[in-house]
Amino acid sequence: MSTEHGHHPAPLSDVEARTRALESILLEKGLLTPDAVDKVIATYERDIGPLNGARVVARAWVDAAYKKRLLTDATPAIAELGFGGRQGEHMVVVENTPTIHNVIVCTLCSCYPWPVLGLPPVWYKSPPYRSRVVIEPRKVLQEFSLELDEAIEIRVWDSSAEIRYMVLPERPAGTEGMTEEELVTLVTRDSMIGVAQAKAPAARV
Amino acid sequence: MNGIHDMGGMQGAGPIAPEHDEPVFHEQWEKNVFAMQIAASGQGLYSGAEFRHAIERMNWIHYLESSYYEHWLTAIETLLSEKGIISREELEAKVKQVKEHHEAIANFLPSNGSDQLASRLEKMVRQGGSTRRETGTAPRFKPGDKVVVRNIHPGGHTRLPRYIRGKRGAIEKVHGSFNLPDTNAHGRGKNPESVYTVRFDAREVWGEQAAVRDSIYLDLWESYLEPAS
Repeated sequence: MSTEHGHHPAPLSDVEARTRALESILLEKGLLTPDAVDKVIATYERDIGPLNGARVVARAWVDAAYKKRLLTDATPAIAELGFGGRQGEHMVVVENTPTIHNVIVCTLCSCYPWPVLGLPPVWYKSPPYRSRVVIEPRKVLQEFSLELDEAIEIRVWDSSAEIRYMVLPERPAGTEGMTEEELVTLVTRDSMIGVAQAKAPAARV
Repeated sequence: MNGIHDMGGMQGAGPIAPEHDEPVFHEQWEKNVFAMQIAASGQGLYSGAEFRHAIERMNWIHYLESSYYEHWLTAIETLLSEKGIISREELEAKVKQVKEHHEAIANFLPSNGSDQLASRLEKMVRQGGSTRRETGTAPRFKPGDKVVVRNIHPGGHTRLPRYIRGKRGAIEKVHGSFNLPDTNAHGRGKNPESVYTVRFDAREVWGEQAAVRDSIYLDLWESYLEPAS
């Protein structure tokens, strides 16, 4: 057994060691390059995230013709704003109304509309959400502090094929005077998954 | 397969645990695994269906005890070794070497800022890659048609969740033809088929405990469905 050396960093976990080992082999075989690793990571850490989806939602809130295109054929409508690509090749946007609430899930794995929402949060990929939201959506939404009236129809969308879903949340009350740019700040990731409403506007002085 | 991944409707998994201000990645290794998956699938080393099935084939205990990106790492290792792109021996030898020497990721050449793979993957990510394939065959069903989901239990890959088998629903939308994952994941051909969004009453699936107005929508391949009599 080797002794501990104070100047060494913490020991690698098994998964860290396996990752480094596999990465080394792929680099040696030319199936990976340092630039490719950096570029892919930067793309999803920096460029692609829920701000994209928020821009789509805000546009739909201010532009009725755009909203109609978005709900009719979402993929080209989203592409109008410059978003699309991997895991968003076939998009469907579903609209929340005073009587209908939509929520998305992937029970079999963790399918998620990357170009508009970025990579999914851990809870979306975890067994409690994947197993429960289809059988007890109201309880699950309550855990997100979203209490829905019993009269509201809940539609759960299980992304079981290659279509990816995004929820168009309701435009909050009291936002009539806000610009599209201001509205973007009210649209959260969770509201586009359907586990929350869009944020209410801050009280204005 | 009726695996541990097929968890829709299971009970007892505990509360949802959202994390406030969650980062895109929690650990450096997760970023590297993500990049490896994009690079490997982007170079066509395996299909999305094969990748999903490799995760489904994980040991149940390992699946439940490991995180999302460990699922990915396991699947990449499985597929690349099964396809002979790497060998298990060289992988285990490298793991040992990394653990013993606490070796840096690799002694690779410094980035030159313009390599071809990086630009190829960037393009692939931005453009996406559809598994939609036109067949020229008319879809069997149209919106409004009543259907029943076949009660089948394939031992290989399928995108037909257990909780919906045998249930009756109605066609909501026709999406065109997509490669059939059930054969595509096993090298038995792409066999594109129409995919439909099918609407199910929540009560049809869960009985009276479900709210009367609630519904569940799934996207199902044509061969998963039969006309309801």
